Amino acid sequence: MSKTILEIKNLHASVEDTKILKGLSLTINIGEKHTIMGPNGSGKSTLANVLAGNPSYTMNSGEIIFMGQNLNEMQPDIRACAGLFLAFQYPVELPGVRMWQFLKSSLDSKREYNGEKPLSTREFDNVLNEYADKVGISSDFIKRNVNEGFSGGEKKRNEILQLSLLNPKLAILDETDSGLDIDALKVVSKGIDSFSSDENSVLLITHYQRILNYVIPDFVHVMMDGNIVTSGDKTLALELEEKGYDWLTTK
Amino acid sequence: MKENNNVISRTTELENDNYKWGFDFKFNPDNAPIGLSEDIVKLISNKKNEPKWLLDWRLKSLKHWFKNQDNEPKWANIEFPKIDFQKIRYYSSPTSKPNPKSLDEVDPEMLAAFTKLGIPLEEQKKLSGVAVDAIMDSVSVATTYQKQLEEAGVIFCPISEAVQKYPELVQKYLGSVVPYSDNFYATLNSAVFTDGSFIYVPPGVRCPVELMTYFRINELDTGQFERTLIVADKGSYVSYLEGCTAPFRKNNQLHAAVVELVALEDAEIKYSTLQNWFPGDTNGEGGIYNFVTKRGKCQGKNSKISWTQVETGSAITWKYPSVILQGDNSVGEFYSVALVNNYQQADTGTKMIHIGKNTKSTIIAKGISAGKATNTYRGQVKVLPSAKNARNFTQCDSLLIGDKCGAHTIPYIEVKNPTAQLEHEATTSKVSDDQLFYTQQRGISLEDANYMIINGFCKGIFKELPFEFAIEASQLLRVSLEGTVG
Ligand SMILES: Nc1ncnc2c1ncn2[C@@H]1O[C@H](COP(=O)(O)OP(=O)(O)OP(=O)(O)O)[C@@H](O)[C@H]1O
Ligand SMILES: [Mg+2]
Repeated sequence: MSKTILEIKNLHASVEDTKILKGLSLTINIGEKHTIMGPNGSGKSTLANVLAGNPSYTMNSGEIIFMGQNLNEMQPDIRACAGLFLAFQYPVELPGVRMWQFLKSSLDSKREYNGEKPLSTREFDNVLNEYADKVGISSDFIKRNVNEGFSGGEKKRNEILQLSLLNPKLAILDETDSGLDIDALKVVSKGIDSFSSDENSVLLITHYQRILNYVIPDFVHVMMDGNIVTSGDKTLALELEEKGYDWLTTK
Repeated sequence: MKENNNVISRTTELENDNYKWGFDFKFNPDNAPIGLSEDIVKLISNKKNEPKWLLDWRLKSLKHWFKNQDNEPKWANIEFPKIDFQKIRYYSSPTSKPNPKSLDEVDPEMLAAFTKLGIPLEEQKKLSGVAVDAIMDSVSVATTYQKQLEEAGVIFCPISEAVQKYPELVQKYLGSVVPYSDNFYATLNSAVFTDGSFIYVPPGVRCPVELMTYFRINELDTGQFERTLIVADKGSYVSYLEGCTAPFRKNNQLHAAVVELVALEDAEIKYSTLQNWFPGDTNGEGGIYNFVTKRGKCQGKNSKISWTQVETGSAITWKYPSVILQGDNSVGEFYSVALVNNYQQADTGTKMIHIGKNTKSTIIAKGISAGKATNTYRGQVKVLPSAKNARNFTQCDSLLIGDKCGAHTIPYIEVKNPTAQLEHEATTSKVSDDQLFYTQQRGISLEDANYMIINGFCKGIFKELPFEFAIEASQLLRVSLEGTVG
């Protein structure tokens, strides 16, 4: 029997009084990879933000259970420490905040939550260098400020670096494959693939079928107008790529 | 084991009450009565056994102040009820024996108070390598590290002691940068100043330790009027740190200091301030009125003066550390972080007066406003006709937290030499919800996220501070930011 990591029941959510999510339900078990596709503005990022607890979004009704806990009662940082990670569609720049300091605080915080001691500077450097290498982020980047002046692709790599470092239970990846060149797409895909295991789950939001060649999903969901309208396996993605979304509305 | 051999005794004989200047000594020797008069000025001068020239200078200042007492500066962007200068106590000694021969003789309660403030009076404390002169209310309490300084020939002592031991030096430079008639508060200070630090670095000497003074206002109703004079002789270098704190008080307390710096040829003075005077409570009650005149003169060629300040305290701050760039090729710098919260008001900035050829100045001012506070940057860059090839770079960044606070940038530029090059940049930004959320999503609490982002905003200034001070500044910022988000 598989264990449930995330259970969303009849979720309604809005932004600035506009209803975006309209009764969405979704269950993700441990070890599963789910993909959400759907037209622009259908509410994919909204779902990701509501799950991560972005205070700009309001959850109107429904229930979200993450690893047995009611998410509604948890602050965003607690959700993160408990193992929920969001790779942002648009990673934010933090002027003056060094990458190293940011990543160290982040990991320390999570370790503290789990009752572990913070890593020493040396231990942390070792871990960080290893992962940075893997996603092709040079040590120069570690000395820079978080996302400041990073190119679009570099920002996405940085999200994957943080994913590897924090090793969450559930990784929500919001268009992490958008805006990448061919090499970067490989690096990012490999990063996701090597993260993914029987011990964790992935919710991948994307517009493109190509990343699914590297990160093979167990389920593909199509979201339209604030709800999941259909679900299937990998072949659904191929079908969508071929026929577009209109095919679903007219079906 | 306690080491006291680095502390030398103070020689100011406060017991010496031989009424030199022929006036009656009608007051309790430890607390002067409240109010301002010629008698009070004479009392202060007499207690400090001052020479006649100094008493005369004080009396001249007092006369000038009385003549102009209705001309309090009104141009600053600050609001406060009129101060009754007759309701302030102008001299107060916190202990009956203010001349400790060693740390053992310092009132243990006072030491405990300093320890609580994190002030490293004892050598073994983390700021080892820093010489400390601690001033509580009006009297210097203990001066550490004197021996090493004496060996280097550096004089670092309370100004009252310098008046006794090095009267020529004091007389030569006191008032040479900030004349007694300079402004309302400087004039008042010239009349009633009680203590402060004096530093003289002889030619070619690089001061071996950072010099530091902690100021604390303790007594109720006491004004603090310290006077600091730093002279760096030819080719010398000194780094001076000042820290300021005051306890919680319901009523407002006045702090009107004057700081004068003189850098002779090839000399450099680095002056760093951490100011967290009590800012008043969250309703805006109480707090320090901080009306300070700080000015440095790059008197010799190739000299350099740099002011670095991190200000989080005081109910009202009125302060413009300035540099007069008189020597050719001299350099003036001003790096500042001013944080205001709740009902705090700050009107701060700097003045760079270019007189010599090839003089250069840099101004980097970061203002952070939270709560209902207002932060005004007021900066003047003046290039006189003689200042050929003068350069100035000014950058003013304001950061707003919440939407009830304000920030203003008021630059005054006056250029009288066409070869001058001036650059000015100004930005206003907010800590965005997106930045906070992004950071929180990485497991960092909202408060820490806010601190991290604001600390990032200030980084360029903190790096100008000596290392230990930079850490303290950063912690101070953290404490001051408590409750600004969420
Ligand atoms: N802060 C906001 N204020 C107002 N409307 C918003 C806000 N954020 C999102 N919306 C609206 O909510 C709807 C859903 O947006 P969302 O970002 O979730 O879409 P998406 O499916 O992620 O789209 P895309 O594929 O373009 O990333 C859109 O119509 C968008 O304009
Ligand atoms: Mg989106």
